[in-house]
Amino acid sequence: MAPDELNVLKDGMRMLVIEPAGLLGTVQRLKSEFQFDLFLDVTAVDWLGKSPRFELVYHFYSTAHRVRVRLKTRVPEDDPTVDSLVSFYGSARFMERECHDMYGIVFRGNDDLRAILLYEGFVGHPLRKDYPKDQEQPIVPYRDLAAEADVGSKAA
Amino acid sequence: MRARVIRIQSAPSAAFEYISTKKDELVGWARKFSIFPYPFVTACCAMEFMAVSSTPYDTDRFGAALPRFSPRQSDLLMVVGTVTHKQAPVLLKVYEQMCEPKWVMAFGVCATSGGFYRNYGTVQGIDKIIPVDIYVPGCPPRPETVIDGIMKLQDKIAGSRHPIITKDF
Repeated sequence: MAPDELNVLKDGMRMLVIEPAGLLGTVQRLKSEFQFDLFLDVTAVDWLGKSPRFELVYHFYSTAHRVRVRLKTRVPEDDPTVDSLVSFYGSARFMERECHDMYGIVFRGNDDLRAILLYEGFVGHPLRKDYPKDQEQPIVPYRDLAAEADVGSKAA
Repeated sequence: MRARVIRIQSAPSAAFEYISTKKDELVGWARKFSIFPYPFVTACCAMEFMAVSSTPYDTDRFGAALPRFSPRQSDLLMVVGTVTHKQAPVLLKVYEQMCEPKWVMAFGVCATSGGFYRNYGTVQGIDKIIPVDIYVPGCPPRPETVIDGIMKLQDKIAGSRHPIITKDF
């Protein structure tokens, strides 16, 4: 990453597109050299049918320079793994959990990828494009209306 | 059905000495004007719940103003807003804690049918989990709609059986 790269605006924001292997090095430089001290978010985009399938999008903010930067990297469907940023930003622990919930991205180095918005026992990752859009996974079993009507008619 | 007779001792001998009615009608009349709601408020419909509870619309006129924040003391479970699958066990527990007789109002389309949340996270209507007595449509419902719902529920209470001691009485 050359410092000039950070001066190019794309969609109104400074943006870097990198390989997953270079993530930790880039983030370390962003934090120490360019003072991006606030980790805003990590999320993903599912480009179903393209390769690599998942695009991870990171946002950082520098409270000293009042500047944002966007970082993008792509991981393949068969191994959606990237390095975790918990060693740089503690808040990454929770944002990576959410991203793991919704897209099934595995963050190497984050030892707590339990469900944060979903619940225990939920199968699949609902924001993936191939998750059936109306598939529900109820915790409380739905009422058996036929059985209730049967009981009601006996009582009456 | 046995008729019930009330003698008013102190009344003069004129018109209003005896009332005769049916037990179910008497109990229903008492119950329909003392609905203590438990607001199970999860989403933006809460704003309309506040509007309908407060002075301009005033559900107190229907005896349904005083929210009880313990389900054990309440008669009407008002489910106000979207219920997610993650919340569903809580809703069921609250419902099961309520004493009989109890009624349930689905307040707004999300509680009624899931509304436009046709997705992985939302219960497609609370009647999938607990029985519902009255559905109030709207996103959110107008206060007039809620009042209409309360009045319809009152009609339902007034017209139903109210077993007190055994199922026959």
